[in-house]
Amino acid sequence: MNSLIARLIAQRLALGISLLFAVSVLIFAGTQILPGDVAQSILGQGATPEALANIRRELGLDQPAWQRYLSWLGGILQGDLGTALSNNRDIAESLGRRVNNTLFLAFWTAVVAVPLAILLGLVAVRYQNRWPDRLISGSTLTAISLPEFFIGYLLIYFFAVQLNWFPSVASVHDRMSLGERLHAIALPAATLTLVILAHMMRMTRAAILNVMQSAYIETAELKGLRSLLIIWRHAFPNAVSPVVNVVMINLAFLVVGVVVVEVIFVYPGMGQYLIDHVAKRDIPVVQAVCLIFAAVYIGLNMIADLVSILSNPRLRHPK
Amino acid sequence: MSRELEFLSTQVIMGRMSRRDFLGRAAALGVAIPVATSMLSSAALASSPIKGGALRAGMQGGESTDSLDPALWTSQVQHSFGQSWGEALTNVSPEGDLVPRLAEEIHASDDAREWTFRLRRGVQFHNGKEMDADDVVATLERHSDEDSQSGALGIMRGIESVRKTGNYEIVITTTEANADLPFLLSDYHLMIQPNGGKDAPEAGIGTGPYKVVEFEPGVRQRAERFQNYWNPDEFGHADEIEILIINDTTSRMAALQSGQVDVVNRVEPSIVDRVANLSNVRVQSVAGRAHYVFVMHADTAPFSDNDLRLALKYAINREDMVDRILRGYGTVGNDFPINAAYPLFPEDIPQREFDLDRAAYHYRRSGHDGPIVLRTSEVAFPGAVDAAQLFQQSAAQAGITIDVRREPGDGYWSEVWNVQPFSASYWSGRPTQDQMYSTAYISTADWNDTRFKREDFDQLARDARGELDETRRQEMYRDMGLMVRDEGGLILPMFNDYIEATSDRVQGWNPHPMGEMMSGYALSRLWLSA
Repeated sequence: MNSLIARLIAQRLALGISLLFAVSVLIFAGTQILPGDVAQSILGQGATPEALANIRRELGLDQPAWQRYLSWLGGILQGDLGTALSNNRDIAESLGRRVNNTLFLAFWTAVVAVPLAILLGLVAVRYQNRWPDRLISGSTLTAISLPEFFIGYLLIYFFAVQLNWFPSVASVHDRMSLGERLHAIALPAATLTLVILAHMMRMTRAAILNVMQSAYIETAELKGLRSLLIIWRHAFPNAVSPVVNVVMINLAFLVVGVVVVEVIFVYPGMGQYLIDHVAKRDIPVVQAVCLIFAAVYIGLNMIADLVSILSNPRLRHPK
Repeated sequence: MSRELEFLSTQVIMGRMSRRDFLGRAAALGVAIPVATSMLSSAALASSPIKGGALRAGMQGGESTDSLDPALWTSQVQHSFGQSWGEALTNVSPEGDLVPRLAEEIHASDDAREWTFRLRRGVQFHNGKEMDADDVVATLERHSDEDSQSGALGIMRGIESVRKTGNYEIVITTTEANADLPFLLSDYHLMIQPNGGKDAPEAGIGTGPYKVVEFEPGVRQRAERFQNYWNPDEFGHADEIEILIINDTTSRMAALQSGQVDVVNRVEPSIVDRVANLSNVRVQSVAGRAHYVFVMHADTAPFSDNDLRLALKYAINREDMVDRILRGYGTVGNDFPINAAYPLFPEDIPQREFDLDRAAYHYRRSGHDGPIVLRTSEVAFPGAVDAAQLFQQSAAQAGITIDVRREPGDGYWSEVWNVQPFSASYWSGRPTQDQMYSTAYISTADWNDTRFKREDFDQLARDARGELDETRRQEMYRDMGLMVRDEGGLILPMFNDYIEATSDRVQGWNPHPMGEMMSGYALSRLWLSA
């Protein structure tokens, strides 16, 4: 059994890594066919043919594409992401901070949002079609229907400008203690929680309700078990797989899709970093960030896969 | 009250005497202590800045791609931060006068080609090295290098040689007479760096009142007061300054309102009235040299016909645009890029009016038929799409059909502006009229976005540049202004004000028409009331 699971994990890992390689080829090819020449976009209007040739040679753009791909890949495998064309800064270093910030916000949002969503889902099932269910569904669906910048502005208006409880500028920095950081990210984390809550809550509710139709639940009810206990102990474990999938998609969103929230709360995450460099056609940075995004997606989906397999013995023995 | 006591209280304010010493000396002079303390505080209120505190600005215009290398600066954030840690040879005052900074004395030869700069002694870089002529020569050399990508390269092309003639003296020779040279050297790219920044352009080491302690591009830039700064009375009042990049307008205003920042730039005209009503906020606006424009390529059909250009110039309702696009925070333009904020402004050029009959007359004479495509985008200037539509409507009344085409912001500056024959754009001011014309209106200018190419205009610009007699020079500028106004490809409906806002604890705001944030001096000149 254990060796079986170890083999499954190894299989998935190998699959994930080869997928990442495939993605790296796609990213490299994609950035090659982008309109506009890198050397041209660095030099801008004042480009002379000699300067263009100089820069091309400097960046190795005169070599064939496959050679450039290999040297790029080689650098990445050694942890060298290169230097940004626009300001000559080391990408690994400046990106590292941004990644940390993004993960920090995503982590604390998840810590609040995931248990809350699942709890609300369980409560909604328990009081299905009664007022607690309606209230939970209604309010979370309202929150998800509002654009995130609007939620952000509302929170800023009430909690930063009117009440002055939290800062509207969530710009964290090295000199802050953990407590100060958490205080700073309160509003963006709350905004993101409101954005992802409904999706996870509705999926939990639907998945459990699906299981609740089964005969063994009826048996449990007839045995006289309390309904919340039935839901938690008997129905939820069998509903884990779809819930985990949705949770992982939302976690991935927290890492790769929060540009708007970053801009509103002035949070120094990866999103704004990527956009600024796309605008400047700073290809090495775009490639590095895309690769990280791809790794996050692949990694989280792999975890979802493994959790589903572990929670459902039938999946361990595919026909 | 004795003169001595007055002198003493100014000494305290200047930081040359401690408060305790002051009170002791005052007691010795026979003044009761309460009187002495009240004298001290009134002297502070009347004139001098308060030292201390952390001054924070929330600014639009920073990106993760920004660099500390002055050669690469393009945005207002880099400009403001750079003016805090770096210094150029000269500055330009709000009135348009030349103010020496690292240069102490400036002499021109009679033909205005050879310029001697005597440098200030005892000025220290943040790394402890003393600034001397070698550093200045190296800085100017670095920015003259054709491969340097320096934003000041255009200025440096007019310089033939830079020589060191003493430890604290350099001589600059220009390729042709240029009476404006000292003004040009106030350019914010030309911050003097140790060995010209040749060794480490991005080190952020200068001679300015603040030294860089944190530089996170697109996020925050922070600097602390430099203890050995040579001119602490005038610059560097707060202990620490910080710029937070807040590109979103609503967030910027919220940060100011909730007290997280003390100064913000770019208050949009559409909300400025509401901002002015906030209790703890002051709106600061100044009529500047920046302007919003529609540019036609004067060498491309149908704009090669001056009658068509005139028709379009008469068909734009300037007053309406100032009211609607700028909400009154601006002034009407007159189709040449100079206004009263420049020294030697030619005052007597008549204002071009909105005149549909004349527009229709010139349009008929041009013989043009069919729609005229005007390209615009939100990035051209705030409200550029609306402005293009207003133009479309007013032109339609004269029988001119304008086809407004909205272009994406990404790529607008590389694919549309200065490429397509008719587009919306903006210009910020330049230190002198000559520099404005040299940047965009002489035949050889890189950014001649109206394709205005006239031998006689170029000659006039050259002559004016070398003319040391100001009356003659003003007349020449009048002729140049008229040429651009009546024959150029520039439609200049409005000069926009710079609108900024501060919290009420910020003191010392002194409007500067040359640029945002008191032309970049805000962070080193403002102070915080206790």
